[in-house]
Amino acid sequence: MTVARGVAPLLPLEVETVRPDPVAPQVWEEVELTDADQELRKELLDTWGDNPGLWGWLRSTSHLSIAKRYIITAFLFFGLGGLEAGLIRLQLSQPENSFIGPDRYNQIFTMHGTTMMFLFAVPVMVALALYLVPMMVGARDVAFPRLNAYGYWVYLIGGLFVYVQFLLNTAPDAGWFSYVPLAGPEFSPGKRVDTWAQLITFTEIAALVAATEIIVTVFKHRAPGMSLNRIPLYVWAMVVTSFMIIFAMPSVATGSQFLAADRLIDTHFFNHAEGGDSLLWQHLFWFFGHPEVYIIFVPGLGIISAIVPAFTRRPVFGYPVMVLALVTTGFMSFGLWVHHMFTTPIPQLGQSFFTAASTMIAIPTGVQIFCWIATIWAGRTRFATPMLFVIGFFVVFIIGGVTGVMVASVAFDQQAHDTYFVVAHLHYVLLGGAVFPLLAGVYYWFPKFTGRMLSERLGKWNFWLLIIGVNVAFFPMHILGLEGMTRRIYTYLPETGWGPLNAVSSAGAVIIVVGMVVFAINFFWSLRRGKTAGENPWGGETLEWATSSPPESYVFMYLPVVKSRAPLWSEGSERVVVGGLRSDVRDTLTTTLMDAEPDHRQSSPAPSIWPLMAAVATGVMFISAVFTPWGLVVGSVLLFFALFFWGWPDKADQAKRLAGESEATA
Amino acid sequence: MRQSSRLWPSFRRTVIALTALLGACIVPGNESAFNPAGPQAGRISTLWWFMLAAATAVWVVVMVFLAWAVRRSRQRDQALREPAGDASMQRGVVVGGALTVLILTAFLIADIATGRALGALPRKNALRVEVIGHQWWWEVNYIDPTPGRIVTTANEIHIPVGEPVQIIGSSPDVIHSFWIPNLHGKKDLVPGHTTSTWLRADKPGVYRGQCAEFCGAQHSKMTALVIAEPRPQFDAWYNAQLASARPPSNPVTARGQDVFLKSSCVVCHTISGTLAAGTLGPTLSHVGSRLTLASGSLPNTPGNLAAWIVDPQRIKPGTRMPSSNMNQADLQALVTYLESLK
Repeated sequence: MTVARGVAPLLPLEVETVRPDPVAPQVWEEVELTDADQELRKELLDTWGDNPGLWGWLRSTSHLSIAKRYIITAFLFFGLGGLEAGLIRLQLSQPENSFIGPDRYNQIFTMHGTTMMFLFAVPVMVALALYLVPMMVGARDVAFPRLNAYGYWVYLIGGLFVYVQFLLNTAPDAGWFSYVPLAGPEFSPGKRVDTWAQLITFTEIAALVAATEIIVTVFKHRAPGMSLNRIPLYVWAMVVTSFMIIFAMPSVATGSQFLAADRLIDTHFFNHAEGGDSLLWQHLFWFFGHPEVYIIFVPGLGIISAIVPAFTRRPVFGYPVMVLALVTTGFMSFGLWVHHMFTTPIPQLGQSFFTAASTMIAIPTGVQIFCWIATIWAGRTRFATPMLFVIGFFVVFIIGGVTGVMVASVAFDQQAHDTYFVVAHLHYVLLGGAVFPLLAGVYYWFPKFTGRMLSERLGKWNFWLLIIGVNVAFFPMHILGLEGMTRRIYTYLPETGWGPLNAVSSAGAVIIVVGMVVFAINFFWSLRRGKTAGENPWGGETLEWATSSPPESYVFMYLPVVKSRAPLWSEGSERVVVGGLRSDVRDTLTTTLMDAEPDHRQSSPAPSIWPLMAAVATGVMFISAVFTPWGLVVGSVLLFFALFFWGWPDKADQAKRLAGESEATA
Repeated sequence: MRQSSRLWPSFRRTVIALTALLGACIVPGNESAFNPAGPQAGRISTLWWFMLAAATAVWVVVMVFLAWAVRRSRQRDQALREPAGDASMQRGVVVGGALTVLILTAFLIADIATGRALGALPRKNALRVEVIGHQWWWEVNYIDPTPGRIVTTANEIHIPVGEPVQIIGSSPDVIHSFWIPNLHGKKDLVPGHTTSTWLRADKPGVYRGQCAEFCGAQHSKMTALVIAEPRPQFDAWYNAQLASARPPSNPVTARGQDVFLKSSCVVCHTISGTLAAGTLGPTLSHVGSRLTLASGSLPNTPGNLAAWIVDPQRIKPGTRMPSSNMNQADLQALVTYLESLK
């Protein structure tokens, strides 16, 4: 096997074959460790493990630790967002309810939307990917571990900041979309909208970091042999999502900085009296905001594609079509944004174009659905909880999908726009297209994360409560919307006749809450008492199931080599692995973009406190900028120093590395 | 098979329950896009029923195929080994994809046809009404080439039945959206832009609609009423609105007018024929003739008017109208005066 391309590695890389197995197993079996392996394991743990104690915890750059924190934090925000939803449903459960006043209500619904979109949905999807993608492509860590840690800390600081503001009664109150001029300096004095604009900046940075990590990890750190046409569909979905993040976020970043500038230093980007335009904000926001929906939903598609094979015992039918459908969805999602603006004064011809695009984006998703149904048909389906949630995805998401095609119509949208019909539609899409797959994913990968299975019994309760609750809560909203109930109202008069259906909807919300409490109980109970899971409890076919559960810090003792799309189901009896990587320093392998041929060895940096420090500096910069433009100056200086020390080489690590290399060449 | 026999009935039950819920819920209300009173809303309603039928069919068909696929795959002892079954799967996916394209194209054509029909409303001799969204009420101006025939009112738009009306929308503050579900879809009122929409009411009636674009604290209580009435009644109303506000006709109303003119009311409100010429709030020249108060928040009764004047923040927290501190007799007189302004 030739290795050296471009940069010649100092140590020879070789592909070894280990432990031939006399009987060909359908699924890779777990292997006993030899004494030599035990020794290697110890060394790898030394090299890759987090340092002990709080200091070690803060310095950690391991993608396993970071992603786990990320996922847990995102679920905490999910809980808070859900709590806000509960308050909203409580307030709307009857006409002229005086439970919450308009000022508080506007903060609550703004926080609900902002939390769910910016602090839960996107973060949890990328966090799951930061955990799984490196394992699925057979890498030990993400491409830039320190940057990864920085992204998480920035996200955490942003989220904490906005919730502290919420407790201080200065949470944003102009909606998660912050339309100007309502969100502008004249109609939203005070610091509420500034808080929102800076929160967006925090989450933009975190999302861009995660997207960069995922793309580079997938493109440069795949296991040898994992050519582009062997990448698992989930990983493809995350690559598409990451590219969408990279193209969508700059738009909202521009918008939120214009907004902050209008508010803070009296620019007039959106002030029509001075030649600005409030429609500019809507274009900038929705050019991000519509792809955002797909940024949340495409990972869901990926999760479905990851789970279906394990429970049907068959690879997903139509791999090339599935990949093309994902890529097409990614491209098309950038051509739809104007359908959020059908009632604004824009030319009719333009509207028709966006109607056509919004309608046609249903095709790639439809094709994927057909491919999954075909896979189920050809398979031998088992109904464990993850698969139930997959079925829930079909039932709920398709309702949201068809109403989505309806609101793509300019004529119909004029009636439905900004009413509870759209609230119903978007919750069907996001709950069906993201939350059901996400929960399916949690049930599916929980054994990998923790080494224990979630309870099937509670899982089924969780599923049935959720699917019933979602339909009871959101289905009536379709009708409410067409009966004239507009969005974002804190109360309504009895004579509107909206009372009964709102009461039904609120009852549905209670069922959802009970369902999610069951989920939480299941989580905590199983964490301690769950059945022990082996390496591969579901018999999955992708590489994350070829490591221990939970994975050790080094993930793979030997980096795997793959020969097919479903490496763990491959014919033959041998595990082929990569040799020649050092175990005393953080050595990783980079491979070529198309064919994933070994390219060279790369050293992954040691843990460091500076990503956290840089995130704190970033936090100082953005948070103080809410109050004074000078905050940006002070923050930049702090950030400069943090980044300076971030890049400062670690002497001990450096010495070890050099010593090892000269030994090898000698 | 044990699990399948448990799952199948529960799935069926869910479907039946959902269908029942659907049937129970679609009962047209008053303020409803299901209950059109004009050609625009009628067209959109037709489009809606077509789309609902097609969408329901799509959902049901996909669910049936999913259920069938699940049943089939549970009867097998093991999954079909690749490439067994590929040919039939490929056929299925291709047919499904083709049907998707067809249905979506039908949707697109239906949408474009409806859009054209909406634009084809005859516009001869249209009544032109300027609707200006304010935080949180609607200013309504009837445009007429003769300056003396311009009528200004608020929150309630009278229109003649069967005649086209052009609504010219704008906003001096934030974005609002004008929407009367029984008559037509909504149109945003965007600061710095002038928007236009057409509607026609074919049945007399009072049609309610709320501001549809989030516009701040009292977005919820920003209701407009469209009152469609036969031409003679409309003309009578119009002429009454053209006249100056009625002067006080008895000592109580005279005292009421006095209270009004000497209080801060005049800063924001106009009563034609008096010195009160404020324009920050709705005109009160004919406030007694309106059906509701505070932009559709309350029925227009003397009691509600008094409550509104004394403590508007209780009824509509955040409204721009301040509370007034006046004695009982003054309040009584003021309310009587305002209610006399028919």
